[in-house]
Amino acid sequence: MAKTKKQKLVHQESLGRHVKKNWKLYSLALIPILWYLIFKYIPMLGNIIAFRRYKGGPNIFGEYWVGFRYFEQFITDETFWNAFWNTLRLSIEYLCVRFPATLIFALLINEMRNLKWKKVVQTISYLPHFVSLVVLCGMVKELTSLSGPINTLITSLGGDKISFITEPSWFDTVYVASGIWQALGWGTILYLTAMTGINTELYEAAAIDGANRLKQTIHVTIPGIMPTVMTLLILDIGGIMTSGNMQKILLLYNGFTQDRADIIGTLVYRMGITGGNFSYATAVGLFEGVIGLILVTSANTLSKKLTETSLW
Amino acid sequence: MLQYKTKGYRAFQVVNTLIMLFVIFITLYPIIYLVAQSFSSEAAVSAGKVTFYPIGFTTATYKYVLENGDFFRYYWNTIVYSVVGTALSVTLTALLAYPLSKTKLRLNKVLIPFVVFTMYFAGGMIPNYVLVTQWLGLSDSMWAVILPPAISTFNFLLMKSFFAGLPEELEEAASIDGMGTYGIFLKIVLPLSKAIIATMTLFYIVGMWNEWFGPFMYLNTPSKMPVALYVRALVEGANQVDVGSAAETSNIQSTIKSATMVLTTLPIVCVYPFVQKYFVQGMTMGAVKG
Repeated sequence: MAKTKKQKLVHQESLGRHVKKNWKLYSLALIPILWYLIFKYIPMLGNIIAFRRYKGGPNIFGEYWVGFRYFEQFITDETFWNAFWNTLRLSIEYLCVRFPATLIFALLINEMRNLKWKKVVQTISYLPHFVSLVVLCGMVKELTSLSGPINTLITSLGGDKISFITEPSWFDTVYVASGIWQALGWGTILYLTAMTGINTELYEAAAIDGANRLKQTIHVTIPGIMPTVMTLLILDIGGIMTSGNMQKILLLYNGFTQDRADIIGTLVYRMGITGGNFSYATAVGLFEGVIGLILVTSANTLSKKLTETSLW
Repeated sequence: MLQYKTKGYRAFQVVNTLIMLFVIFITLYPIIYLVAQSFSSEAAVSAGKVTFYPIGFTTATYKYVLENGDFFRYYWNTIVYSVVGTALSVTLTALLAYPLSKTKLRLNKVLIPFVVFTMYFAGGMIPNYVLVTQWLGLSDSMWAVILPPAISTFNFLLMKSFFAGLPEELEEAASIDGMGTYGIFLKIVLPLSKAIIATMTLFYIVGMWNEWFGPFMYLNTPSKMPVALYVRALVEGANQVDVGSAAETSNIQSTIKSATMVLTTLPIVCVYPFVQKYFVQGMTMGAVKG
């Protein structure tokens, strides 16, 4: 009771006096808050040029309103729809491989009984996460080149050499495989943390009931990490349309594979930054952002209903 | 613990070990191949003879790359961007995280959502580009590389939860002794926060070391570019047909490419085993508190 009274007293203090009393603390945050205004909020408002004509120059919010002109332009543009479906296809393929692979890898690491060996496996599997995209893509090109080890293996098995990088039908495989190489180990961290949080008594109880290790995994481990699985799945589904991997595609694609590799992010890049069509590219980017927001919100609602786990 | 000794589980352990060996092999092979290639003769590489170890061992490629003035200039640029950028990032993040970790500050009810909201909705690539080049006029400047990614909201949340966990008593005692807010922050809080400062430094420095897209968009003068862009130009040379640039470098030897990639990645690979645990701690901390 005394505490709530005290809190009430504190709240009765006027905001002006509160700021005056604590201005030194607030002043520390001043520059970072300014940074957020300039580098986060102005670009957010800058999206307005999707509806306004902007041809460059310091007036970054555009010259005059054009309504949905740029949206109508790209909606009727075949290049846009090609990029749209490519984005969806590549993201879903990648998610469908990465998500189960990471989960299974985490479960397998969790079953390792030799702790030193487990540590070695973890340390090595996290390493690719720290390799830069530029080097990753350079590596991919060296490994898949005509004189590279993959083609050497193929020819030694009697096959014909494949030009993986310029062959459009191989783009998806190259994209997904290189992504898995980089993300597999790192993706297990949150699962493994969730697994160490599972009460060991649950395993003991299951063992007494005669459950073998596989049954324990199905009935104890997996339910135990379910909230983590759902959270990550929501985030991933929300990210399906966003250009998280745009930088990688920018480094990997070329004139031969562009039809299959071009995603919304790379289209925005070419249109806006290479081509200088700022408003058009912003409209495309905004469209993508809104879809992303809708996706993550729907996934969240669905997960809340089905599993009672949600981000918010 | 009986279930660990059943026949089936033992068989599983053998299979599991084999799977792990396979994963390790797949993970390390590309790196092993790059290193092998970089120490091989170009003739052996283009004949497809190199697989696991150098063929026609030579250090000439490294000599060539290291004696090339360009490489060092790019490498130096990366070092400068990483060091200056990280110092700026850690400072700004700490300055923001400390006051926002104080529950007694009433404006935090507004400031924290103001900051966290940017994780869910952000201006796209073009508005950012327009801001940096047209409004701030930072084209071709180091600031265009280090300012836009200066604060990571994820890192901010990590640091905020660390500060929130520090014992309040020390700060109160210092305050009673007549120490001001700035003094407390600098002389009491920061020395207690070495662990989180180290983690933040690592997070930011790796990010900046590997950064290529910002410099790629904003820098035009070759002498300002980081080594990542140099690697990109080398790599693109061979395969890029009409997307992007650097077509003039199409005859770059594979050995030179791989030696440059090895040298670029080396600092991270060398430091990584020792600092890995900080990254993992940071990741899991973020998951719990964020």
